[in-house]
Amino acid sequence: MSEVSLTVNGRRVSASVEDRTLLVHFLREHIGLTGTHVGCDTSQCGACVVHVDGKAMKSCSMLAAQASGSDVVTIEGLTDGGDLHPVQAAFKEHHGLQCGFCTPGMIMTTVDMIARHPEGLDEATVRAELEGNICRCTGYHNIVKAVLAASKTMSKVSKGKTKKAA
Amino acid sequence: MYSVNYHRAASVADAAKLAKGEAKLVSGGMTLIPAMKTRLAAPSDLVDISRIDALKGIKVSGKTVTIGAATTHYEVATSDKLAKACPALSHLAAMIGDPAVRHRGTIGGSIANNDPAADYPSAMLALGATIVTNKRQIAADKFFKGLFETALKDGEIVTAVTFSAPAKAAYEKFRNPASRYAIVGVFVAKGADGARVAVTGAGDDGVFRSRELEAALAKQFDAAALASAKVPAKALMSDMHASADYRAHLIVVMARRAVAAANA
Repeated sequence: MSEVSLTVNGRRVSASVEDRTLLVHFLREHIGLTGTHVGCDTSQCGACVVHVDGKAMKSCSMLAAQASGSDVVTIEGLTDGGDLHPVQAAFKEHHGLQCGFCTPGMIMTTVDMIARHPEGLDEATVRAELEGNICRCTGYHNIVKAVLAASKTMSKVSKGKTKKAA
Repeated sequence: MYSVNYHRAASVADAAKLAKGEAKLVSGGMTLIPAMKTRLAAPSDLVDISRIDALKGIKVSGKTVTIGAATTHYEVATSDKLAKACPALSHLAAMIGDPAVRHRGTIGGSIANNDPAADYPSAMLALGATIVTNKRQIAADKFFKGLFETALKDGEIVTAVTFSAPAKAAYEKFRNPASRYAIVGVFVAKGADGARVAVTGAGDDGVFRSRELEAALAKQFDAAALASAKVPAKALMSDMHASADYRAHLIVVMARRAVAAANA
């Protein structure tokens, strides 16, 4: 057993878990944050993306013990429960979801993507950066629209500058 | 996943002590954790080396580039120092997996695992890199031994890779459209000891250097020098994704593109 102690959405949480416990199971089953989804379970689909120490990571491919000591943000932690986060608002506005299963991962990936591209995003970059997130409803066009719109809202500099895909 | 005992190593010496018997080292875990989930791997213990500061970071001193084993693909892809010294390697790192995978996966893990379709091994071979471990230094030419096989002994830990910045280099990858892994990846480098060409994704026995293409480029480091080049299909993989003949063809095409990119 591992004593796991981490910050999740600003709250200190500690638990004794089996060493093989995946971070996503820790989040969903030990602390009841079920917004983070398990999709493919093989690190392809990105439904489980959360932020660990400020970076997007796939919580189905990481042990809770590996995240001990880290600062984790899940979809539940993007806002304090009032207004939607600008990325959530853009997904709503542009119908960037159909069944919604992939949406938490898409949004967490998008928030990370926008943070890494303060100069703004273009469509090719967004599509390349979404490589690790799969939408089984295949609603990619509206997801890309939502990401671009959110990037415009959030970017202080939005002069339509483009940057090659990372 | 079977039961496992997790340990977080505080230092390389600590990790070496813990990495005994059926234990495995883990850093990003982007290959190992999925393999454990499908029970393809079942180590008794996991020794986490990802938080050892001595294993992290990129140093460029003159022409010598040193990258710590626990440096992530993201850090390699976005390092300003490396972008100046060897942009081809930054470019390669930016093409591994997806953004979330690049945030966790590490260069040391990739080369120690030596997946036959991994990107980094081709760069290490073509750059004539040295793999530094807690016990010795191993030339890349002697490090990669076959499919998932390396010269690493039990308890030996990759701590860094080091190489001399090439005059020119580039990496071109032909991806499997579904898995996005390399069906063929070719890293070309023009350094102090001439042109080196390494191929990943295609070899029956893992990553390898193409002597035919190196000989063609020795005369002239130009895509035109590869106009009529051929690579034998004999030792290449043949599977549902690509036949050995098709891979042989792709190697030359990717090599031509890589040389053109290196000269651009």
